[in-house]
Amino acid sequence: MNVVSKELSSHSESLPELKSPLAIRDLTVAYHRKPVIWDIDLSIPEGKLVSIVGPNGAGKSTLIKACLDLIPRSSGEVMIYGQSYEKERKRVGYVPQRESVDWDFPVSALDVVAMGTYGQIGWFRRVSKRAKALSMQALERVGLGDYAHRQISQLSGGQQQRTFLARALVQDADIYFMDEPFAAVDAATERAIVELLKDLQKRGKTVLVVHHDLATVPQYFDWTVLLNMRVVAAGPTEEVFTQENLRRTYGGKLTLLTQAANEVVQSR
Amino acid sequence: MPELADIWNVLFLRDYNTRLVVICTILLGCACGLMGGFLLLRKRSLMGDTLSHATLPGVGFAFMLAVAMGGDGKSLPMLLTGAAVTGVIGCWAVLFIRNQTRIKDDAAMGIVLSVFFGAGVAVLGMIQTMPEGSAAGLESFIYGKTASMVLSDFRILVLVTICVLSCSLLLFKEFRLLCFDESFAASLGWPVKVLDVILLGLVTAVTVAGLQAVGLILIIAFLITPAAAARFWTNQLDRMLLLSVLIGGASGWFGASLSAFYPRLPAGAVIVLVAALCFLISMLLGVERGVLVRWLRQTQLQHRIGRQHLLRALYEILEANRQGGELAIVAVPFRQIRGRRTWSDRSLRDCIRRAYDDGLVEMQVKEDTIRLTEAGLAEAAHVTRNHRLWELYLIEYADVATSRVDRDADMVEHVLGEKMVARLESKLQTYRSAGTLVPASPHPIVPGD
Repeated sequence: MNVVSKELSSHSESLPELKSPLAIRDLTVAYHRKPVIWDIDLSIPEGKLVSIVGPNGAGKSTLIKACLDLIPRSSGEVMIYGQSYEKERKRVGYVPQRESVDWDFPVSALDVVAMGTYGQIGWFRRVSKRAKALSMQALERVGLGDYAHRQISQLSGGQQQRTFLARALVQDADIYFMDEPFAAVDAATERAIVELLKDLQKRGKTVLVVHHDLATVPQYFDWTVLLNMRVVAAGPTEEVFTQENLRRTYGGKLTLLTQAANEVVQSR
Repeated sequence: MPELADIWNVLFLRDYNTRLVVICTILLGCACGLMGGFLLLRKRSLMGDTLSHATLPGVGFAFMLAVAMGGDGKSLPMLLTGAAVTGVIGCWAVLFIRNQTRIKDDAAMGIVLSVFFGAGVAVLGMIQTMPEGSAAGLESFIYGKTASMVLSDFRILVLVTICVLSCSLLLFKEFRLLCFDESFAASLGWPVKVLDVILLGLVTAVTVAGLQAVGLILIIAFLITPAAAARFWTNQLDRMLLLSVLIGGASGWFGASLSAFYPRLPAGAVIVLVAALCFLISMLLGVERGVLVRWLRQTQLQHRIGRQHLLRALYEILEANRQGGELAIVAVPFRQIRGRRTWSDRSLRDCIRRAYDDGLVEMQVKEDTIRLTEAGLAEAAHVTRNHRLWELYLIEYADVATSRVDRDADMVEHVLGEKMVARLESKLQTYRSAGTLVPASPHPIVPGD
């Protein structure tokens, strides 16, 4: 991968950092007079599956939201492919937390997925047949083709999560931000999501995932950001995901599960 | 008692005196139904209430201003503009309190709503003491005064209805996205705040236009009730909004017509009561989410689960009696099935009767025994297999105590995937019975009585 990124940077005149799908400098976000994330510096290489890991309240979702201009930044800048988010919006896909919406809303799974195309459709115009066909394909890719016309409250939690993923797929982005897509999903959904992530990576996309299950980090992700208000460590998972770093991230909150994860790493 | 011909004339707008009023309330009902739908889904119902109560001081101030400028103060556009201004200030005050302090939405709305309304009552009291004020009739904004609506009200309502309809048609997709997933909308670059302001502006326009008709206390019911009623009938937003418009329009039509015959009945109240009747009917009979439909679905589920329990109990009894390979169908005493679960005699008998109707079991009344049919055995084997796979899955993968594992096992392949099912099956010792591979139970089965 290093070779590839060197090649890429030698082709372009710009600094290597500008080629990065996501480069964050000095990012600080504060709510209610309390800083949530501090001086984040981060540069994600292209084509990686990146997990963002840290304890509750570490600012994982805040980091994603600040990257997407959804919450005001106290300071710092976020560059998407060397540009502001405003300019490169079309290259970004977003999967919010499942609990962030009302699943009782009167729309079908297909309607929700089609929302991923709204950015391209623009003001006033209706959702085209083509957009609907694309949305249908995306639903089929996540294994929900048969559920397209179900109202979303009639889907299981895992199916709802996959609907959200399909909506991001239809955005056809180059970099994806996913906020806890693995939260409370069934086994089939977890497998479907992992396959999807690997497929996105194969097609050269970069994916950032807020993740909770430390045990599966080394298995699913090749890059990891350990976050606890500041970036404790960021880099290839095998280098970064160490007992020492995890202790620095989680402090006293390191649980049995975490230690189990360490053993997984050490046994490799 | 009014004559049939009179009723006919009013309902079909042939009566000159009531024609204008009825048309006005129909238009208002349609506009309210539409905006109420978005308001309900945006979870801003109470915001509408705050808005309407906060219009009162504006009406008073506008009147005073008009008098100070030398008029008689009864210019409707001026009064309504005043109403809109304080209404919006009221909403802004709620948002300000919520965002700048730790006071929650409900408290912020409660404070703003009553303070603005109180201020309005105070201002109206002051106006009463003014020489121009005694005949102003501003109290009609509180309770509405439908019967006195004139051509200028009609013009305003037509304008507002056209505005609301065209904006909703043009911005249908945008409003849907805003109401469903605001942060995703923002990530796509939609100006969420602008859309929100447009939505609130339209709601304000409808509210203010409806003040004359139903009054500021009842307008919120006219906004929310048709939309809430429509939600029981459909799971699609476009249909829901259409239905809400129809219910709103019909409530305005019938309500205003009804009150035309009984001058003592204020139209605003009758309109709201008609809307409430629509809501009640929808709540009970709505085909998607009505109480009756939910109750039927729940009963069906209970029956399905009861049947699964019965079949599995029978199967496990046969399994325990199995000698050698094949399961033999034998008659099982009622008492023995009764002992397998905590079910009452009556519910078990109901269950057996339904299974008999479906051709799954045969009953010998004299001996009080039950026997599976061939079809029943195949179904029982299937149910038992799925149940056990589920159990094993939960034991192996989800750290759930064995005794607590039990669930509707219809969908095992679908939820877990075929690979997982194959893996689970290989973990359990399986044997073939009635055309289905039935694995052994992952936990000891307590034999029945």
